[in-house]
Formats: sequence, C-alpha cells, structure tokens
Amino acid sequence: MTTTSAGAARAVRGGAGKPLLSIRDFKVEYRTGAGAVVQAVRGVDLDLYPGESLALVGESGCGKTTFGLGLLRLLPRLGHASGKVIFNRGDGTEIDVLGLDGRDLRKFRWRDAAMVFQGAMNAFNPVLKIRGHMHDTMRAHTKATKQEIEERAAELLRLVRLEPERVMDSYPHELSGGMRQRVLIAMSLLLEPEVLILDEPTTALDILTQRSVVDVLHEVRERLGFSMIFISHDLSLAAELADRVATMYAGRIIETGGVRDLFYRPRHPYTLGLIKAVPPIVGDLPDLESIPGGPPSLAALPAGCSFHPRCKFATEECQEAEPPLIPITDEPGDGHEVACIHSGDVHLDRSAS
Amino acid sequence: MSAAAVPEAVARPLMTLSGVSQVFDTKAGPIRAVDHANLSVNPGEVLCLVGESGSGKTTAARMAAGLTRPSGGEVKYDGTDIWSLNKKDFSTFRRSVQYVHQDPYASLNPTRTIQQTLTAPLLKHGVVKGAKAAADRAAELLTKVDLTPPENYLPKYPHQLSGGQRQRVAVARALTLDPKLIIADESTSMLDVSIRISVLAMLGRLRDELGVGFLFITHDLAIAKYFGWRGKTAVMYLGRIVEFGPTPKIINAPTHPYTRALIEAIPEPDPDLTRTKSAGSLRSLEIPSLANLPSGCAFHPRCGRFEPGLCDGEVPELVGVRAGQSAACHVVARDGAEEPER
Ligand SMILES: Nc1ncnc2c1ncn2[C@@H]1O[C@H](COP(=O)(O)OP(=O)(O)OP(=O)(O)O)[C@@H](O)[C@H]1O
Ligand SMILES: Nc1ncnc2c1ncn2[C@@H]1O[C@H](COP(=O)(O)OP(=O)(O)OP(=O)(O)O)[C@@H](O)[C@H]1O
Ligand code: SF4
Ligand code: SF4
Ligand SMILES: [Mg+2]
Ligand SMILES: [Mg+2]
Repeated sequence: MTTTSAGAARAVRGGAGKPLLSIRDFKVEYRTGAGAVVQAVRGVDLDLYPGESLALVGESGCGKTTFGLGLLRLLPRLGHASGKVIFNRGDGTEIDVLGLDGRDLRKFRWRDAAMVFQGAMNAFNPVLKIRGHMHDTMRAHTKATKQEIEERAAELLRLVRLEPERVMDSYPHELSGGMRQRVLIAMSLLLEPEVLILDEPTTALDILTQRSVVDVLHEVRERLGFSMIFISHDLSLAAELADRVATMYAGRIIETGGVRDLFYRPRHPYTLGLIKAVPPIVGDLPDLESIPGGPPSLAALPAGCSFHPRCKFATEECQEAEPPLIPITDEPGDGHEVACIHSGDVHLDRSAS
Repeated sequence: MSAAAVPEAVARPLMTLSGVSQVFDTKAGPIRAVDHANLSVNPGEVLCLVGESGSGKTTAARMAAGLTRPSGGEVKYDGTDIWSLNKKDFSTFRRSVQYVHQDPYASLNPTRTIQQTLTAPLLKHGVVKGAKAAADRAAELLTKVDLTPPENYLPKYPHQLSGGQRQRVAVARALTLDPKLIIADESTSMLDVSIRISVLAMLGRLRDELGVGFLFITHDLAIAKYFGWRGKTAVMYLGRIVEFGPTPKIINAPTHPYTRALIEAIPEPDPDLTRTKSAGSLRSLEIPSLANLPSGCAFHPRCGRFEPGLCDGEVPELVGVRAGQSAACHVVARDGAEEPER
C-alpha cells in the first residue's frame, strides 16, 4: 500500500573524506537582561561531511534553531557564540567561521553556507514579486547580469518543480505555502552554497505539500550534491531525509549516528523515548509510550545528566556528572556516539512497538 | 442522509449532523466551507475528523458545538435539533458538549489562577455549593487529567505551566460540567511528541472511565489512528466528507484516491520504510479555492485515477463500498474497492 510510482527506495548516503564543517565545543549564550545569561547550546562537537544530510532532532526549546543561527553567525545581538567552527572550502582553504567579519562573513553566508529560516515562508517582503527577491539576493552577493540572474533563477525554480514563467511574476501572497517554501529553497541555492541549513522546512505545511517539498529536497540534493543540516522536531522527517541524525536535548547533542543506527538501534534513553512516542501510520495499533515530565529550564538545569529526572534508566550516579558523548564500541557501524553512562542497557525492541 | 455514514450500533447517537452545510460570504464570493456533511457520534465513541488545512474541520466542529448555526441541515443532540431548543435546554446542551480549543494559551484567561478557572463554571452553574466544595472538585478534576498533586497546580497562572500542562487544564475545565461529548480541535497538535502521547492516553481514559464521546479533529492521520483506532474516521476534502469508516479500515485499507494519497505521503519513523514513499501518484499539488471549485469531484484536477467525463461531471455521493466504509468517488463506486496491496 505504501509503495508508489516513484520506484526504487532512496538510499542512505555515507559521509567520507575530510569534513566540510568541523564543529568543536560550540556554545551559544543569550543575555536575558539584568546580567543574566542562559546557555542555549552547551558544547557541541559535530562533523558534517561533503554531500551528507544531517538531521538535528529534538523537542521545542532544545536549541536547534540557536545552533543553526550560531553556525552562520546570524544570532540576535544578545546572543554570543564560542568554540571552534572550521569550514573546509572545496578549494582547500580552511575558514575559521567564528573569526570572520565584514565582507568575508557575507561571502561565507551565502556562497559557502545558506539557511532557510524557521517560519520564513511567511516573512517574504509582501510588495516585492519573486523576481525582485531573486534579483536582490543575487545582486547583493555577485556581479551577475540581469540576464544571468533570470537564467539562474529559472533553472532553480524548475529544479524545485515550479514554473518560472508563472512564479517570477507573482507576489508572495499569490503563492501557496508549499510554493513559497520551494521558492525559498531555490533562493537559498542561488549562490551554490556547499552547506544548506533548513530550519523546520515543512512545519505548518499540509501533508501532501510536505511530501512534495521532501521529494524536491531529495531531488535537488541528488542533482546539486550540497550538504544539508536539516532541523526538525519531526522524527519521521529525519528518518526520511537524513543520512545521519543528531539528537539534541537541553542544548547538547546526546546521541548521533547513521540514520539506521539511530532509528533501529538507539542507545540513549531520550532518543529511544522519542522513537517510542511517534505513532507510525502503517500496521496495527502501536504500543506507544510517553516520556514523563517535560524539558528542563535552561536557567535551572538538573545536576549531572540533564535528562535524569525523566529517565527510567537513571541511577544515583547519573546525577554526579554530565556524561560525555562517546563512541559506542560494542556494535558494528560507524560514528554512533552516545552520552549516557547506562547506554549498554538501552535497546529498542521494534517488534513490541 | 447517506445510510453508510450512520453507525450501525444500536445505541442512539449522541450527536448527529444531517446534511449540514456552512456558507460564508467572502470577498471572492460565497464559499461552502462545509457541504452536506453527515456525521454521528455515539456515547463513549470516538469519531475522528481528518483533512488538510481549510477542509472544513473546525467549521464542522463549531456547528456541532452549537457555536455557529448551519446554513443548511440539522445538528441533533440526543435526537433533537439543537436550534429548536428553548433557551434552558439549549444551555443544557451547551454544557453537555464541550469544545477544547487548539491553543490552550489563547483559551485560558491569563489573569486567573487554575483554581479560579476551574471553580468559576462549577459555581456559576451550581454544580457544587460553596468555595470549599468547588476547590475540592477542582482538585479532583486536575487529578483526572494527571496534574498531580493538584495543590501544585491550583495556585498557578497559565504562563507558569508548560504547553502540555495547559492543554490538560483546558481539558479539566471542559470536564467541570460533566460533558457527554468533547470536541477536541487539534488539541495535541501544538504539543511535543514526548508529551502528546500522554495527553492522548489521558483523553482515552476519560472516554473509557467516564463514557465521554469524542469528536476528535486532527490533520495528522497517525494521531487519528492512535486515538481513534476503536472508533470511526471521516476524511474531509474541500468541505465534503470523501471517505468514512472504521478507523483501521481508513488507515490500512483506504479506498478514496485522496485518502490513499494522504496515507502514501505520510513519512514513517522508520528510515527503510519511509524512503519508499512519494507523492508520485498526484497530478497536481495545487489545492483549488473553495470560491472556485472544480466541477464534479473537487479532487479531479489532482487525482491520479481521474477519468474525463466521469469525474468532472457530477459531484460523487458518499456511498457504501465495504462493510461500514463509504467513499465519494465515481471510480470506486463503479469498480468496487480494490483490496489493499499488502
Ligand atoms: N533571543 C533569545 N534570548 C534569550 N533566549 C533565547 C533567545 N532565543 C532563544 N532563546 C532560548 O534558547 C533556547 C533554545 O531556543 P531555540 O529556538 O534554539 O530552540 P528550538 O530547538 O529551535 O525550538 P523550536 O523547536 O521550538 O523551534 C530556548 O530555551 C529559548 O527560550
Ligand atoms: N468566518 C469565516 N468567514 C469566511 N470564511 C471562513 C470562515 N471560517 C472559515 N472560513 C473558511 O472556510 C474554510 C474552512 O475553514 P476551517 O477553519 O473549517 O478549516 P480546517 O479544516 O479547520 O482547517 P485547519 O486545519 O487549518 O484548522 C477555509 O477556506 C476558511 O478560510
Ligand atoms: S546518563 Fe543516566 S539519566 Fe542520563 S540518559 Fe543515561 S541513564 Fe538516563
Ligand atoms: S471521482 Fe474521479 S477524480 Fe474524484 S476521486 Fe474518484 S477517481 Fe478521482
Ligand atoms: Mg526552532
Ligand atoms: Mg481548524
């Protein structure tokens, strides 16, 4: 029932070679007035490989958007990023992203890495036609001629399955939500970035529209081969779009691994809990479980493992120190890492769920 | 009324919508947000109403709750047209049928504590006498929605609670007047995955223990499946019910091309399985405007099984295709329901 005319199933790709983005001890703080500070991202280590699609999943408020904004140096004024972010440009140059400023920073932002913001499909300039948006973006960053811009925009719009003749002359409000989201994806690709960060690109879209955006993303990535960081609270979308998944909780990555490792063999109680809470659509009535309680406040994190008040595997030891993210060695597979001292006890039984 | 849309149970339906329509005047002209819908809910039963944004779910729910009067058709509660009731009986009806809003933040008064929110309707309608009895009852209701111990929550304001806790308070408030039917409009859509299932489990317990019926509205078929498995599901498209039946049938053996497209499109939390899905069978992604509906079957410009002449002529009626299951599709009516391919 679930197979369609699309043909063969899409494969999971593996990362290889030197990372495109290498992120170490990455932190983001927000000043919240009266000298108070909250740490929204608390020391993330992560590599993104060429051509790879990495999904960042986790519940509301865990720091996903903050992480994306911080990487591209787009934080609001009261936000501050620290740590090390190295971008390895295709030509062999190494860029220290947190040290960039001025022209170099602008160049990095669109030509090396671009971001489609959460909710941005409602943030177009309402009095500017799509043509105007395309020209503004290209002119701000290149010396392309009008003709070149027209051609490039049309090419990308076709790639996201829109008709350039119709869309270029439309105002944003004349397009449906799904069309606007696809225009944004096309715009973000105008300058051929090597990394595209998409923040909740299908949230608030209807299911058939969401499906078309997902299919378009598969296609353009196949054609253009960029790397992607895909931010979503929707685990099913991560299962669909990611080669690798990183689960975030309270500002940290608590598990990361290949998409099949993470979904079939999760080893962190939080990832396991999330997977067990998502109802599948095929099959009989599933046995679902919720995770008790809610995410902690960043201003008052529990001592030790910040998940311990909600964790059914927790012991007293869990309150002593925050477990580091370390590789799992008792299983085959590459790059599966988990931050839990009892990960050996955590197993997903798919037949029972 | 289409025979197939009436549940076969012997119990008298708690609520019936018979051929109800709602027409709105808009700048683009009049639109039929709901067009001749037939639905019924039995006591203690779950009826899920699913469909994409703008399909008319909220409009139908508001008519069922007596919040708006239909432009045509009848809304019956306990066998009587609610718009023929006198003032006193209408207010009894309004107490028996409670509407829980999608966004509890918007529906809870921010200047009232949870205790005030819960005791006000109790005292106003004389359900209990005196502040002490009202406070006790409020505590009892919080326990029912798993906000324990209640003393921790009674003195709080909505902004001091999490989204899941606020939604539980909204449900507790709906329970103050002992409703027979709860209309839950996207009640769990704004909640995080880890919390959503526990709120649904709590609602399920109310259904089982208190015998409350549910009109459960969601755009998420996986949630409808989970909550409404033992009940029925109606699928709406552009104001019309296009498929209706027992929930397991709608999910695992849909017959209408629109329902099938929806089910095929939903990603699964399983990497191997979900990568076999696609919207490949749809001819168009554009949702037509209600102000300018396609002729005949409104799904025809998008439908992969469209047959010119057949589909763009008459509007298809909802007719029985299998035991308890009905669909509004000319091709399914002619060829019968194909068995699902698995
Ligand atoms: N400008 C800001 N000032 C202070 N705190 C902020 C600011 N922006 C975000 N935060 C806080 O940082 C934390 C992480 O927020 P963020 O938006 O990154 O989460 P998210 O994972 O993207 O959530 P969602 O799924 O809801 O989009 C939250 O606790 C949030 O309240
Ligand atoms: N008061 C109104 N005046 C004019 N049009 C309305 C009114 N209320 C709803 N509509 C229109 O009726 C149609 C159905 O709306 P409705 O809110 O019932 O859809 P829905 O299925 O609940 O959608 P959603 O999933 O977005 O909540 C929409 O096209 C909407 O714009
Ligand atoms: S370290 Fe302890 S509390 Fe944290 S996830 Fe592992 S078992 Fe649970
Ligand atoms: S009536 Fe025709 S167009 Fe409509 S759903 Fe059936 S096959 Fe498709
Ligand atoms: Mg976010
Ligand atoms: Mg609605």
